[in-house]
Amino acid sequence: MNQPLWKITVNVLRQKGPTDKPHFQSFPLEIHPDEYVLDAIEKIWAFQDRSLTFRHACHHATCGACGMRVNGKEKLTCITSLHTVVKNNGVLKIEPLRNFPVLSDLVVDMGHLYRQTEEADFQQVVPLEAAQLPYEITPNRTPNEPYERLVDCIECGLCVSACPAAFTSTDYRGPAALAAIQQGIAFAPNEVLFDLADHENGVWRCHSAFECTEVCPSNVDPGWRIMNLRRRVIHHRISRVFKKSQKVSRP
Amino acid sequence: MRSSNPHIIVIGAGFTGCATAHDLALRGFRVTVLERGDIANGTSGRTHGLLHSGARYCVTDQDAAIECIEENILLRKIAAQCIEYNGGLFVALDEEDEAYGTRFEQGAQKCGIPIERLTGNQARKKEPNLTPKTRLAYSVPDGVFDPLRLAMAFAATAKKNGAEFLTYHEVTGFDFDGKGNIREVSAINRHTNEKIKFTADMVINATGAWAGLVARLAGVTVDVIPTPGVMVCYDQRLVQRVINRLCEPDDGDILIPQRRMVVIGTTSFEVEDVDYIPVTPAQVELMHQKAAELVPAVAATHQRGAYMSARPLIGSTTLGRSLSRTFKCYHHQETDGIGGLVTITGGKATTCRVMAEKTVDLVCNLMGVSRSCETREVVLDSYRDYYTHS
Repeated sequence: MNQPLWKITVNVLRQKGPTDKPHFQSFPLEIHPDEYVLDAIEKIWAFQDRSLTFRHACHHATCGACGMRVNGKEKLTCITSLHTVVKNNGVLKIEPLRNFPVLSDLVVDMGHLYRQTEEADFQQVVPLEAAQLPYEITPNRTPNEPYERLVDCIECGLCVSACPAAFTSTDYRGPAALAAIQQGIAFAPNEVLFDLADHENGVWRCHSAFECTEVCPSNVDPGWRIMNLRRRVIHHRISRVFKKSQKVSRP
Repeated sequence: MRSSNPHIIVIGAGFTGCATAHDLALRGFRVTVLERGDIANGTSGRTHGLLHSGARYCVTDQDAAIECIEENILLRKIAAQCIEYNGGLFVALDEEDEAYGTRFEQGAQKCGIPIERLTGNQARKKEPNLTPKTRLAYSVPDGVFDPLRLAMAFAATAKKNGAEFLTYHEVTGFDFDGKGNIREVSAINRHTNEKIKFTADMVINATGAWAGLVARLAGVTVDVIPTPGVMVCYDQRLVQRVINRLCEPDDGDILIPQRRMVVIGTTSFEVEDVDYIPVTPAQVELMHQKAAELVPAVAATHQRGAYMSARPLIGSTTLGRSLSRTFKCYHHQETDGIGGLVTITGGKATTCRVMAEKTVDLVCNLMGVSRSCETREVVLDSYRDYYTHS
């Protein structure tokens, strides 16, 4: 751990105000390779440029504020060690998330995503069993008491940034919200959630690219959840048809 | 809201600032919050998220313990949306810990903290990953909150009641009238680099570990010592409850489950520059060893990250009035002859609501407004409404 500091160059995409043209600015930096990308950005802000804006809060992957594109890939920067994305004397490229309006520099407006998860009535605290992925092997030590926990999705927006379908339409609900709907339906099915999902801007706009699952830092597996939600939506349609025909056939 | 209402500027949107804005808005003040970064981007966001039962302090600081258990119960009522509430254990591993248990039992009883004594086996039945060396344990009503979402829930509710949140607005200075009262606050909008001035009837400096720096802009001294501690985060939820070592507060004496992870904390040292505090490998290693004593499985679990959070500890030479043993409020008219400025600092996340209550009580008193606090009863809006309330 007593390695010397690395010398790296951090190229940050800057933008001040809505009319400013985005441009890269280079910052030379000496930093320990075991530190995180977020530390590098914070260090630039602390010692080189106080006007650099970026979102961050928990620094341990529980809040979802610090999502950015690092060398073109969506990353939660607080848990991305520098040595995994850059070499000594190398260059690091930092850009804001895509598919969100940029407020300035690396800060994007997360309002759309938060409104979508709110519309899905996505609860952050649920019973422990409901917080697991359904296909996960249940731990051999099954809890003997009714525990609860915060869910895995931290609303960081990495999946929305990486999603090729989100790029095609701003009306698309997007992977995070669809994953939230899947969790809601799995826990307690209801018509409102089915209507949100069974829509051209719901599960049917997804291209099954699975980029969301690829970049998710938090075990949500939105790609799997959207596929699962499609099956549930189809089953729901079929059962609705049978319920209707039963009603019709009754005297 | 009528424009004749007093306008209060709150500096800082951590737990204290957000809870203060919420309380002020409920009591009918016009509120503008100026925050240089985003919500909870300083100490608040980086807390380990322990909703204290107060048991940690029931031997060493009973006033703090009583304050914690009262606020613990209130927050579980008003902010259940972002709290994992599975309780906690205080675990004894050796004779010394066991001996501490007697004082712990007496302290908890005196502070009104409900505890239950468990044998080592009973404790391990509840938490199978606890070390087999567990001799006895006490269950306590600890919880775990999501730091950002707790702050956002206060901010969302404040916004609904009319408070304005200007994030990425860094305060750069104060202007005075001829009589030494603050009348204007200068800030820079970091989104656009524009300079803006705000008039205010009263300014509340709620910048925690940075309170000394902001106070200095007004030419006054606040004795706050930024006291960081390291936290290490692991990739598996090895326990369902908060696990505390049954001993006097010490380095690395707590494991906190959160989502799919577990966080180990913490250390305590003093720094001068609070804007960038590097994590030292030696401290991470210490956390790792201490945590593995309580839960051996930690040793084989992947580390997800390590980070620092700077507590705002109040220096001993301060003149400010003590609203409680744990936090302090400075009315700078009394201490420095500067009118229109109040500083609130110290405290813990668990007690942010009562810190806000006492501060706003003081502000009401100073401004001759008589409206009582309602934050004990008002259940907070969804944290997401921070983005939906315009």
